[in-house]
Amino acid sequence: MTKELSQKVLDIKPSGIRKFFDIVSEMQDVISLGVGEPDFDTPWHIRDEGIFSLEKGRTFYTSNSGLKELKQEIVNYIKRTQNVDYNPNNEVIVTVGGSEAIDIGLRALCNEGDEVIIPQPSYVSYEPCTILANAKPVIIDLKAENEFRLKPDELLKAITPKTKILILPYPNNPTGAIMDKNDLEAIADIIIDNDIYVMSDEIYSELSYKEKHVSIASLPGMKERTILINGFSKSYAMTGWRLGYALAPKEIIKQMTKIHQFAIMCAPTTSQYAAVEALKNGDEDVANMRTSYNQRRRFLLNAFKEMNIECFEPYGAFYVFPCIKEFGMTSEEFATKLLEEEKVAAIPGTAFGQSGEDHLRISYAYSLDNLKKAMERLNRFVTRLRERKLNLLR
Amino acid sequence: MREELLAVIEKNSRIGLDELAVILGETEENVLSELENLEKEGIICGYHTLINWEKTSIEKVTALIEVRVTPQRGQGFDKIAERIYNYPEVHAVYLISGGYDLLVILEEKSLREISNFVSDKLSTLDTILSTATHFILKKYKDHGTILSKKHEYEREIITP
Repeated sequence: MTKELSQKVLDIKPSGIRKFFDIVSEMQDVISLGVGEPDFDTPWHIRDEGIFSLEKGRTFYTSNSGLKELKQEIVNYIKRTQNVDYNPNNEVIVTVGGSEAIDIGLRALCNEGDEVIIPQPSYVSYEPCTILANAKPVIIDLKAENEFRLKPDELLKAITPKTKILILPYPNNPTGAIMDKNDLEAIADIIIDNDIYVMSDEIYSELSYKEKHVSIASLPGMKERTILINGFSKSYAMTGWRLGYALAPKEIIKQMTKIHQFAIMCAPTTSQYAAVEALKNGDEDVANMRTSYNQRRRFLLNAFKEMNIECFEPYGAFYVFPCIKEFGMTSEEFATKLLEEEKVAAIPGTAFGQSGEDHLRISYAYSLDNLKKAMERLNRFVTRLRERKLNLLR
Repeated sequence: MREELLAVIEKNSRIGLDELAVILGETEENVLSELENLEKEGIICGYHTLINWEKTSIEKVTALIEVRVTPQRGQGFDKIAERIYNYPEVHAVYLISGGYDLLVILEEKSLREISNFVSDKLSTLDTILSTATHFILKKYKDHGTILSKKHEYEREIITP
């Protein structure tokens, strides 16, 4: 074939994580700190419900926007956690993971030339999905000194008359940062004054260790302009089931459903039945997993403190984002060396945006034993680096 | 802290005090004094090891014995339970609702020894009406731990 492929797609850079993955996959005995998914199995009663639905022969399509029962449970869940009312009939859509909701949400809202504000470091798909939706990504480089929260002045500076959407990714992958109620209130007025939409990606909402997660949709005047995205992957350890959802005003859901119906048809039926069980009877599982993550989080923070590695205390998701600036390498060089010399795989911060430079994403979706081994190796590595630096100075 | 502490050491009683303090976000002194309280109050009753004896060359036979008894006036089942649990070979004794009264778990080296215990010691006690002995053939899961080898999950090494 001689005819060119889509220029827009050709121009999209492949994920920085992917590049790193290719190196890792050829090595043996690597201790990984690189995953963005829970290490727990999906709780058995949820799996059992999926199996039961298969046995019952519930293998048909569901309605485009999802099983009625599931939509009702989603709405109940948001009511009990955020005290926000949504109509299960026209304000919710069940998607193939939160990632589909991001994609179709952007496509449903954006016109050519619209600007989408993306705070970084953040999840890798916002920028390419914005480009594919014909809009222009406007990046805010979040600062370590603000613990990677989005500050009002940063937002104000990024807004132009063309601004359509702010993507709000908290609790954050890769930094573990959260935005508490005060932080959200500080930006809500700016959002309302400038009449922009918010795409709030709250996929890690259940993994919040300081206080309960607050959704920006629960603030006055925000529900009508918010696309709230969540899912089952992180909270219920259901990544492979591919199930997420979006809640938004019915005008938006209607358009998102159109894209979804032509591109996807409906989210996997088995997963939807399992998800009903998760929302009905899974609170205790979530609480137990959260307790375990929190223990590991404390363990890692203490390990960094003992190694004298600078790291702000992240209160969300399952990542810590230590600063490795003192070693005088880029985050990619550091991660590559750490992998080569000690066979520990952590993700360079720059995989999540330029402002991730000087940082590493370290996941604690691993057993304490695994983390212990990894920290021993990391300790050896940084000790060696510091010795080398001292020797150079002499 | 109490509940979380118990949950952690129930799964791993060998965890060091320093590590316990770190993961619970407490000082070592606090954790230590809480542990001492829990022991004093009889909430922590021991620190045991879960062993899958089937994987050793040591012979062990476990039996569950359903025991029906006549409760004694003024003492209910406690007296007869005590007579039974004082035997060192008795692993556990539970008072049970339903078709029988006491469940006795016995660990011995052979079927013969269990049979001897039941016929010579247990059945001869005055208040015992009947016994039914069940031998355990295989332990799949014990104390919340799956004993058969769990398959390794094939998680990708790196995911976004």
